[in-house]
Amino acid sequence: MSHADDRYYVPHGSHWPIVGSVGLLFLMVGVSNWLNGADAGFWVMMGGVAVIVFMLVGWFGTVIGESVGGLYNAQVDKSFRMGMFWFIFSEVMFFCAFFGALFYARNMSIPWLGGASNNFFTNVLLWNSYESSWPSNGPGKIGGDYEVMGPFGLPLINTVILITSSITVTIAHHALLAGQRKILSTFLALTFLLGFVFVYLQGVEYIEAYEHLNLKLTTGIYGSTFFMLTGFHGMHVTIGAIMLTIIWLRVVKGHFTPKNHFAFEAVAWYWHFVDVVWVGLYVFVYWM
Amino acid sequence: MADHGPAKGFTRWLYTTNHKDIGTMYLIFSLTMFFIGGSMALVIRSELMTPGLQFVHPEFFNQMTTMHALIMVFGAVMPAFVGLANWMIPLMIGAPDMALPRMNNWSFWILPVAFGILLSTLLMDGGAPAGGWTMYPPLVLQTGDAFPFLIFSVHLMGISSIMGAINIIVSILNMRAPDMWLLKMPMFVWTWLITAYLLIAVMPVLAGAVTMLLTDQFFGTSFFLAAGGGDPVMFQHIFWFFGHPEVYIMILPAFGVVSEIIPTFARKPLFGHDSMVYAASCIAFLSFIVWAHHMFTVGMPLSGQLFFMFATMLIAVPTGVKIFNWVATMWGGAMTFETPMLFSLAFVFLFTIGGFSGVMLAIVPADIQYHDTYFVVAHFHYVLVPGSIFGLFAACYYWLPKWTGHMYNETAGKLHFWASTIFVNLTFFPMHFLGLAGMPRRIPDYSTQFADFNTMASIGAIGFGLSQLIFVYVLLTVKKGAKATDRVWEAPRGLEWTVPSPAPYHTFDTPPVKRVTQESFQ
Amino acid sequence: MIRKLFLSVLGLVWASAASADFALNMREGITELSTETYALHMLVFWVCVGIGVVVFGVMLVSLFLHRKSRGVKPASFSHSTTAEVIWTIIPCLILLFMAVPAAETMIKLEDSRNPDMSIVITAHQWRWHYKYQDEGIEFYSSLALPSMQARIKNSGVDPFSVDNYLLEVDRPLVVPRGAKVRVLLTSNDVVHAWWVPDLAIKKDAVPGMVNETWFRADVAGTYRGQCAELCGKDHGYMPVVVEVLEADAYAAWIAARTGSNE
Ligand code: HEA
Ligand code: HEA
Ligand code: CUA
Ligand SMILES: [Cu+2]
Repeated sequence: MSHADDRYYVPHGSHWPIVGSVGLLFLMVGVSNWLNGADAGFWVMMGGVAVIVFMLVGWFGTVIGESVGGLYNAQVDKSFRMGMFWFIFSEVMFFCAFFGALFYARNMSIPWLGGASNNFFTNVLLWNSYESSWPSNGPGKIGGDYEVMGPFGLPLINTVILITSSITVTIAHHALLAGQRKILSTFLALTFLLGFVFVYLQGVEYIEAYEHLNLKLTTGIYGSTFFMLTGFHGMHVTIGAIMLTIIWLRVVKGHFTPKNHFAFEAVAWYWHFVDVVWVGLYVFVYWM
Repeated sequence: MADHGPAKGFTRWLYTTNHKDIGTMYLIFSLTMFFIGGSMALVIRSELMTPGLQFVHPEFFNQMTTMHALIMVFGAVMPAFVGLANWMIPLMIGAPDMALPRMNNWSFWILPVAFGILLSTLLMDGGAPAGGWTMYPPLVLQTGDAFPFLIFSVHLMGISSIMGAINIIVSILNMRAPDMWLLKMPMFVWTWLITAYLLIAVMPVLAGAVTMLLTDQFFGTSFFLAAGGGDPVMFQHIFWFFGHPEVYIMILPAFGVVSEIIPTFARKPLFGHDSMVYAASCIAFLSFIVWAHHMFTVGMPLSGQLFFMFATMLIAVPTGVKIFNWVATMWGGAMTFETPMLFSLAFVFLFTIGGFSGVMLAIVPADIQYHDTYFVVAHFHYVLVPGSIFGLFAACYYWLPKWTGHMYNETAGKLHFWASTIFVNLTFFPMHFLGLAGMPRRIPDYSTQFADFNTMASIGAIGFGLSQLIFVYVLLTVKKGAKATDRVWEAPRGLEWTVPSPAPYHTFDTPPVKRVTQESFQ
Repeated sequence: MIRKLFLSVLGLVWASAASADFALNMREGITELSTETYALHMLVFWVCVGIGVVVFGVMLVSLFLHRKSRGVKPASFSHSTTAEVIWTIIPCLILLFMAVPAAETMIKLEDSRNPDMSIVITAHQWRWHYKYQDEGIEFYSSLALPSMQARIKNSGVDPFSVDNYLLEVDRPLVVPRGAKVRVLLTSNDVVHAWWVPDLAIKKDAVPGMVNETWFRADVAGTYRGQCAELCGKDHGYMPVVVEVLEADAYAAWIAARTGSNE
């Protein structure tokens, strides 16, 4: 363990974090101004995004270089793994907030508005003709009449796609461990392609919702929870698919060995996480 | 590599990946925020000194209350503990640095951005956020231009905390010296492990909550709108699911600090180390299921109220275990009363008083009377100021010689302690009476019957604020103090006392050997 | 020094318990539930004082006896399972002892069935609207003019010269003594909270939702409270005043009011 050439690698000085902070500053100030109605905010925001992308490329480039250069021992690798695990845990908790909102709306606020529990008078005095049911855009019928997004059709296809992609990424992983590079790169490519197809279909579904079902972000609590949950999920799929693409490019360049492939695994975990969230979504948002 | 010193110039601080540099930056940043947040408290207290409006308009008063709390909670207390974690955890577990040094730098450098944005709202149209630090809708949606800035600065604080917490957990779990198995870890490390877990679990929930505020405001969602099937109270549930663990995030590391200091100055091992660990875990677990005790007046069904009351009361049990164990640590010891010990003792006393008022608040019918009065303000300042803040002072005095290589001025330290302790009680004790007599919180002006105690509290606050200047004096003069030995105190335990004072820029490049670990830690 | 401080704190605490009329302590109020609430408050308070005396007592003794300057040698014990079990179980029992009466009062608090009358209270930024459900009387209630004038920044009016500064309204809520009054609360804009300490009720007024609570005032008189949830810049300026009248006076009031809504 305490071999001189097996030290824990501690990098010395990096300008990437501060670049990232500057990027975040522009991003946040830009979005805020934009939301407040200042059009210039949009460009500031895009500037921030550009700086952040630049930072990500540079930072990850440095890390990849160090990794390929053999600077990371097993302990560093473990740090990365644990870091990724806890990062995913934080993401899970982020989704918990929105699932919490969904459960609260379905089991608490909607029934209460309909007079359940100790809210008899809520219904009688304020929302007299409202009968609680799910889905609902509330007693005020916010957003007007709408149709529900059913569980079959596109959502079901998307479920199959994501689950398949989870399988393909696992096959790719096994291939990586077995040193079968060809299978690895094929199945990895398949995975991110499936990911992008998912995103595309989700886009089709949104267009359908907006144009034909009158189901919008503004469609009361149903629309809010539907679009926020699927939207944040879709964002994660997009990010995951981009990361898979990068990993695939690295595979093509010959990176990763059966023993040393943290980045691959991290992205695979992330992909499984995205998949699991989708299953939760499918069950609670589309199906039940 | 071992003698590789810090870089020169200001880029040292911008680019650094060294846990000690980053710890120092965190500590200085949080002290600055403490002074800014404290100045806002002084604005509040000045206005409340006598009845009638003298200095500020009601809207500005509310901005001060809101900003004071946000800055103290997210800018002063949390970063200060992260700073301590950065400095001490690698030293205590025998690691060369934090596990993810570059990310460590980023965690820190997001904070100035976040608070820069937050403070800049003071200059905006409509002023700074004024809806209270709890940001309840629909009121918070009436914020002016500051609104999106508030939301995004909270996001940034969250990102920073999560990255910091990930780093801490990974360092603790992966970087310990070969022989330091989990139950041998010092209490400070343990409490931080649990705190970091809480942070990762709840900061994203806060992020989700404020995101929903943002979309309700700008994108027409109905999360907190009854007409659309949502409920304003839903926000309160999500917020407090974060908010309650948050208060333990602010106190658990202080528990850890006190658990290090009392044994040192009692010259006796910490009583019941393992049960302290279990107690802290228990507190963390319970903290997830008590959130609605902040909401006993919102109209929850009876069953909910009963559940949250019982769960809340239960927290007194593991917290009690901690208090009793500290007392048992002192019992039979051979105590001396240097400044860190004084602050720790005051912590045990005054935190307990704050805890008692917490238990009173948990009793629902009584809370219906206490809720949103100064009784609550008294409660949480007792656990936060002589709680968290005293814990921080204790830690600073305890480790300052290790950080700087010099002993601080003990007389000034003691003076700081006594002044702080007297004034903190003068400030916050009368608030109990104010609350019981019926003074609501978050008001800029009050009925004349509340005048006397408010004047007392305001005088106390000014005194407490001035006392903090002594602390600054101590910090500024520490380099003039006598050279500190490696062990600094007579009988401290832990690996941090095996390295020189000041701790060299790099420590434990090779993990400490077994012998050292076991000797210095039992 | 610590000891002196502790004693003075205790002294203050004692004073708070002993002298309710100096506004140091919670008010006992004028309803059955307010009295029960007060009793609960005192119960927890004394329990805490008791525990405090024991814990701080032991600690002070230790601080005195086990000082290095007295030349003691530190003991080396570091755990005792028996002790830890004891000080886990005893607090549990104490908590149980407090939880039971608390739960009983809570159940009564929630029982707003079979009221004698109902009042719908709608909160506005920054005044209250009262509507007597059966009598058809409704009106707004805002901060009274003298306070309104005095409260302006640097108004030059001494708050001490204004009667019930900030706690007076133009039109109070009037209820009969001895009647069970159901309060139905909602809001027109943001969350407020309706609070009268002497009635021991505080309930949030949430927009879009109706909360329910009740009281039965046993003593005629005027009772004052305030909005208790931050509701914007004038949160500090929306008092609640409830006038409890004897039955005949109340009937006269109703008669005078009917048909003169504003
Ligand atoms: C560091 C922060 C911190 C800590 C540690 C605590 C600790 C506790 N808090 Fe507090 N609390 C806050 C910070 C904190 N709180 C804040 C900031 C708010 C207000 C937020 C806002 O609205 O803005 C608040 C508000 C708050 C409320 C809501 C009040 C209201 O708005 O109406 C309640 C109600 O139950 C409560 C309860 C408790 C309890 C039971 C504990 C317990 O953990 C205390 C346990 C400790 C002890 C009990 C003492 C030691 C124990 C013994 C000696 C054992 C024997 C004792 C007994 C058997 C009683 N707190
Ligand atoms: C860790 C958290 C923390 C800390 C440390 C403090 C510290 C203090 N707090 Fe605060 N406070 C909160 C958290 C905290 N508070 C929260 C969460 C709220 C609720 C907000 C809400 O309702 O939304 C609150 C609300 C709150 C209120 C109620 C406001 C209201 O309801 O309207 C008051 C009133 O007295 C108050 C006072 C103080 C005082 C006097 C201090 C003192 O301890 C501060 C001492 C420090 C100083 C005074 C700085 C010293 C500096 C100098 C002396 C230098 C002077 C320099 C210049 C002037 C340039 N606080
Ligand atoms: Cu209405 Cu506060
Ligand atoms: Cu709490």
